[in-house]
Amino acid sequence: MATALSLTHLGSLMRGVRSVDEVGAEQRAAELAKRSIKKASKLWALDLAIRCMDLTTLEGSDTPGKVTALCAKGIRPKPGDATIPSVAAICVYPARVPDAATHLKGSTVKVASVATAFPSGQSFTSIKVTETEDAVKAGAHEIDMVIDRGAFLSGDYQHVYDEIVAIKEACGNAHLKVILETGELGTYDAVRRASILAMAAGADFIKTSTGKVQPAATLPVSLVMMEAIRDFVRETGRPVGFKAAGGIRTSKQAIAYLVLLYETLGSDWMTPDLFRLGASTLLNDVLMQIEKERTGVYQSPDYFTID
Amino acid sequence: MEVRKTYKLYLNGEFVRSESGRAYRPDGNVNVPRGSRKDLRDAVRAARTAFNGWAARTAMNRGQILYRAAEMLDSRAAQFTDLLGGGAKARREVEQAVETLVWYAGWTDKLPQFAGTVNPVAGPYFNFTLPEPTGVVGIVAPEEPALAGLMKRIAPALCGGNVIVALAPESTPLPALTLAEVFATSDFPPGVVNVLSGQRKELLPWLASHMDVNAIDIAGCTPDEVKAAEAAAADNVKRVIKVASDESSPYLITAFMEMKTVWHPIGV
Amino acid sequence: MAITKKQSAALAKQVFEYAPAPESIDHVKIQPRYGLFIGGKMVEPHSKKHFPTINPATEKKLAEVAEADEIDVDRAVKAAGKAFESWSHLAPSQRSRYLFRISRILQERARELAVVETMDGGKPIKESRDVDIPLSAAHFFYYAGWADKLEWAFPNRKPRPLGVAGQVIPWNFPLLMLAWKIAPALAAGNTVVLKPAETTPLSAMLFADICMQAELPPGVVNIVTGAGKTGSLVVSHPGVKKVAFTGSTEVGKLIQKQLAGSGKKLTLELGGKAANIVFGDAPLDQAVEGIVNGIYFNQGHVCCAGSRLLVQESIAEPLMEKLKRRLSTLRLGDPLDKNTDIGAINSRAQLEKIQGLVESGIQEGAELYQPECQLPEKGFWFPPTLFTNVSQSYRIAREEIFGPVLSVLTFRTPAEAVEKANNTPYGLSAGVWTDKGSRILWMAEHLRAGVVWANTFNRFDPTSPFGGYKESGFGREGGIHGLAPYLDLN
Repeated sequence: MATALSLTHLGSLMRGVRSVDEVGAEQRAAELAKRSIKKASKLWALDLAIRCMDLTTLEGSDTPGKVTALCAKGIRPKPGDATIPSVAAICVYPARVPDAATHLKGSTVKVASVATAFPSGQSFTSIKVTETEDAVKAGAHEIDMVIDRGAFLSGDYQHVYDEIVAIKEACGNAHLKVILETGELGTYDAVRRASILAMAAGADFIKTSTGKVQPAATLPVSLVMMEAIRDFVRETGRPVGFKAAGGIRTSKQAIAYLVLLYETLGSDWMTPDLFRLGASTLLNDVLMQIEKERTGVYQSPDYFTID
Repeated sequence: MEVRKTYKLYLNGEFVRSESGRAYRPDGNVNVPRGSRKDLRDAVRAARTAFNGWAARTAMNRGQILYRAAEMLDSRAAQFTDLLGGGAKARREVEQAVETLVWYAGWTDKLPQFAGTVNPVAGPYFNFTLPEPTGVVGIVAPEEPALAGLMKRIAPALCGGNVIVALAPESTPLPALTLAEVFATSDFPPGVVNVLSGQRKELLPWLASHMDVNAIDIAGCTPDEVKAAEAAAADNVKRVIKVASDESSPYLITAFMEMKTVWHPIGV
Repeated sequence: MAITKKQSAALAKQVFEYAPAPESIDHVKIQPRYGLFIGGKMVEPHSKKHFPTINPATEKKLAEVAEADEIDVDRAVKAAGKAFESWSHLAPSQRSRYLFRISRILQERARELAVVETMDGGKPIKESRDVDIPLSAAHFFYYAGWADKLEWAFPNRKPRPLGVAGQVIPWNFPLLMLAWKIAPALAAGNTVVLKPAETTPLSAMLFADICMQAELPPGVVNIVTGAGKTGSLVVSHPGVKKVAFTGSTEVGKLIQKQLAGSGKKLTLELGGKAANIVFGDAPLDQAVEGIVNGIYFNQGHVCCAGSRLLVQESIAEPLMEKLKRRLSTLRLGDPLDKNTDIGAINSRAQLEKIQGLVESGIQEGAELYQPECQLPEKGFWFPPTLFTNVSQSYRIAREEIFGPVLSVLTFRTPAEAVEKANNTPYGLSAGVWTDKGSRILWMAEHLRAGVVWANTFNRFDPTSPFGGYKESGFGREGGIHGLAPYLDLN
């Protein structure tokens, strides 16, 4: 279980974080996006993409019925095809955790719950802690929290740090993903700073976005976060996972993230324990691509159930 | 039996009728949209929205797009010659319009080398001056020549990275509206060039007074029109171009550009 | 089916390591034999001699090209001289349009050119596709626009063309070097006789075809293939008024000697031993990319390669760790594979030169590092290499290796970095990595190099003048500065 680093001079730590060259980072990400994976390799990569997927529904209009259907889809993405693996987790709002827990019982699929006044984070720490505890009690194996961007952007790093520590404690045995909401942070420098802060505070995973703000996950921002993980692991020896969420709709994108992951963090990270993709429509595109690779023919969405 | 063309305004990358639904007949059997102040308002909004993206394109990319417009225009030389009345004079005018596009296409990636400078200030500072596009440029096409006249005014403004709201010649709007088809097939992002037909006395005052238009080119106007427009333009300190030069020149590009100077210390 | 972490990691290594992604080549037709491009058509060489050009990745023969002798060169120069009469009197806008046409055709035939360039020279397809060919097209596009604007480029001057330009280019960026030579020459109103490198003539042969497709007036561009002897004939021909050479410093000096007193205008773009300088506050991961790009791009066959890494001592350890890790992710192999980072060494001769210098590095006491690298059986290959514990006096720190070999030295202060960087007879380029703007500008001011890249490396653009100080040559290519050598401005 991850524990927070003992930090007394958080301000100067944050100010000393090395900067990131925007043009260079974007160029490197673009270069990696050009990597070509063919045939058999593609099938394996698509299979991994499913195994690492957090199938997500985060709408105000979510009902028990909606969640039930999503759970079925997550366990058996393609009816009648046992070669397609289950996803890693189903990700829902706290109120829907009991429904998810019921319908995922006995399967390998985990229950992930967002928490801490998702997506804005603009609420009181006490509320966030209680929300987390209740979600875990209701059956969540994983908690996806948001950092307090208001505090971060105004330089109150201590508050952000303390909150993560408190939520990590409230998680108990559940694992904690910390969402940075990179689309609100403004620069890659800030993303790197937030990454290091979250990891220092005990995050098991750092995650790009809530998916409610544009831009959400991008390849360059993910590269920057992965490089921060790499540096953190080198310093402390503790591995931290990476999750990209928001805007990942196609297999091509999913594979690009896998390439990025492989080139930056290496083969040890190519597992659902250390890599996740938060998505909803992506799953069917991956199924269609798998079918295309198997049959050699382009597919139609009509042949894949929506849930 | 001919399937006659419906002439439309070119606004935000689309061909639309005037929101007012009005038309006029400048000559013969053809109805031409009579653009309204609301069309003009929408055109300026479309141009403004397109501006940041267009200005952020690389100079080479803008040059390639202008060159593509020349390719498109040249491939329709016969059609335009016909529209201009046919004959050697009309053909020469079309050639001139193509030449104008090609000439200015070749300036996009050279202008800062011509108009920008590095300034040797008396201190440990690196100091440079760069030309940047001014923004939304309103252009009043001269009544004639109906094609080449408008091209000579639009091309330099576009070359610098500006976005355009152009008023077609009132008495001979068809070449200008057809020219919009050339722009539409040349990879210009929507809103970068907008062409409106209609009555100058109705549209010019709205263009000249619009607070979100950064510059107007009224070289194609009468002295009275120029006086009124200049006065209206003063309310947001528009740059006003009122002298028509027939010669192609990079100074016609810089007329629509702002000079930005930057300082940075030099030291370990 | 559940899969363990270990199984997952092992599988991952397989998937991402060994999946070939070959570029398709069936749309490309290479002729078995090429002639010389003289007077607007392909002609048989007077010598009746041909020589083979091979694919350095497979050692297979690709085609045979002609060996131009004295008579052929004379024909070519005469054709260029004749064409000059009309070409220089054409309306400038006409010359402009021919150049625009060539640029557009280069874009249309981009993939074909990229494949041929990779097969003939050994560079990875992703480089020829994404760098060489687009820059070549861009170069013609840029200079096309100057052809009819010369009176605006030089205040108070009425520029006039010189006549026939004799141009000799190297094998490291065959088509791009051709573009750098021909585009400004033609834009200025000159005509040319160009000799491509003997190991990489094919993209020039395709270019000849493009000139014909563009209906360029006959004789404006002439291409004579051959080896050093042919090049020497071109530059010394009395009909040639202007000579442009890109290649080794050694040959550049010979040419300068050869032309002494001839009255011919000359520009030289020669070798380099650039310092890539990394300060303690540099954005490290991006600096690593810049270092890698600086010396391993195009297998290090780059005159402006960042072949000396000068790293500030305070940051040396973490930087070297990242650099070594990054080297291990470089993919060496089939240049036609879209995933390949490092292609083949251009020729056996060049490979032997690299091997010799690397051996000297070991002998002189530097510490060699090479990642594990599987070299294909056929072809010419050298793994990405770096040397630490290098002294300024070692041959690997002084001589141009022209291969994927980086020498690492340290420094403590900016002044020391500048001193070490400038301590060479070369002066083509330099790199500076730091977060501090004022330091970038101070370093740029003090580095004696024709091109300074700050927080980036190996960036080229037709608008950006390129060329060296000292023994890296004189004259500039690109921008308005690249136009001047082809004009009489008196």
